[in-house]
Amino acid sequence: MIMRSLFKHSRSVTQVPILSSFVSGKNLACVRGERLVFAGLSFTLEPSEALLLLGPNGSGKSSFLRILAGLSRPAAGELCWKGRPIDEAPERYTDSVRYVGHLDAIKPALSIAETLFFWGSLSGIKQPKIAKSTARAMTYFGLSALADTPGRLLSAGQKRRVNLARLLVGTADLWLLDEPATALDQESIMALGKIIAAHRAMGGMVILSTHMVVDLPQASRLDMRDFSCH
Amino acid sequence: MAVIQLIHREMKLVLRQETDTFLVLGFFMLTVMLFPFGVGPEPQMLERMSAGVLWVMALLATLLSLDRLFQNDYEDGSLDLLALVPRPLTVIVLSKVIAHWLTTGLPLTVVSPFLAKLLQMQTEGVTALVIAMALGTPTLSLIGAVGAALILGARHGNILLLLIILPLYIPVLVFGVAAVEVASLGLEGQQAPLLILAALLCATLPLCSLATTAALRQALDSG
Repeated sequence: MIMRSLFKHSRSVTQVPILSSFVSGKNLACVRGERLVFAGLSFTLEPSEALLLLGPNGSGKSSFLRILAGLSRPAAGELCWKGRPIDEAPERYTDSVRYVGHLDAIKPALSIAETLFFWGSLSGIKQPKIAKSTARAMTYFGLSALADTPGRLLSAGQKRRVNLARLLVGTADLWLLDEPATALDQESIMALGKIIAAHRAMGGMVILSTHMVVDLPQASRLDMRDFSCH
Repeated sequence: MAVIQLIHREMKLVLRQETDTFLVLGFFMLTVMLFPFGVGPEPQMLERMSAGVLWVMALLATLLSLDRLFQNDYEDGSLDLLALVPRPLTVIVLSKVIAHWLTTGLPLTVVSPFLAKLLQMQTEGVTALVIAMALGTPTLSLIGAVGAALILGARHGNILLLLIILPLYIPVLVFGVAAVEVASLGLEGQQAPLLILAALLCATLPLCSLATTAALRQALDSG
């Protein structure tokens, strides 16, 4: 529902280029431990678009994604959501964002179904809806048979799949994926490619960093080396 | 809703992993029970020390449990996701503190009258102790949360936590012990220490929640 209205909206605003960007960053800079990682990074992203972050290890891809998620603050520059700085209404922004980091947030004592249900319920979705979308997400990533398996028995790839399955519990406009294909088998990478395509088809946006081959048609590329400060 | 879900999850984690709460409770009971062996069985001597021993051990037991408050969530990435829940981070912090109290402060309060009897405390003193523990242990959880959030990402975090938190626990210790002593001596103004403990709780509730939130933001920012 949100997606659809968002999509319609995007159609109407494409004629007005100044207002058109849903997510935009202007002159972003990142400092880690007194070291300037990148500076002068600007980008815009429209509905249905994808942005692929490229660059060697340590070029600031993860730091950039953490800034985009609102977890870290940029050392300089401004991040906007629908033309407004995200600091103005941080909760509305986090509601529209789903972040999959390189840590999978799996608790050894909780089962897959419980984990997904918990994150679904915290993002404010209604109970019957969570159960349904949790089941769907597990089917999609081949986790249904493991629904009651506690986290401590899962392999690295299975943990990653659970983390990615959160994307399908509830809706968020912007997906931020930090090396999502790590530890995944070929089949799961294909499934990931498909859900990203479906998300974009509904007007969703994706920003991801990866050095594996994920099928991303018409994705714009952002090479972190262009903004590197070394 | 989010608060209940989060408390529910924390309780599930603690009960399933079965270690922390029982270890903390075991530590509290064992160390208190050691005192009669150490100082001898004279009832007067034990009664004189009982309030102090119980409170000091309750502080140390709480300290033992603090590192799990945010550390696990920080290490496995759950804290990132909790910070991204569309609710104020303070709400998340408060839910975690409530869950922490339910799994440490509350059990400590529940076993304290039995241990107090073991240390020959008088009935009036025991009643005051239970009320004081019920008022004081939430304050311990709240102050502890600030420390637990500050040490995220630090090396030798546990020792640092001890050094940050123990001095801040002194007011609770002083008035917690005073509550018992005033009651067992039958002095006037028995409510005064309890009222001060309640005031400490009222003051730390907003202050520590905000301080913990700020410390967590700091940890996430540099994470």
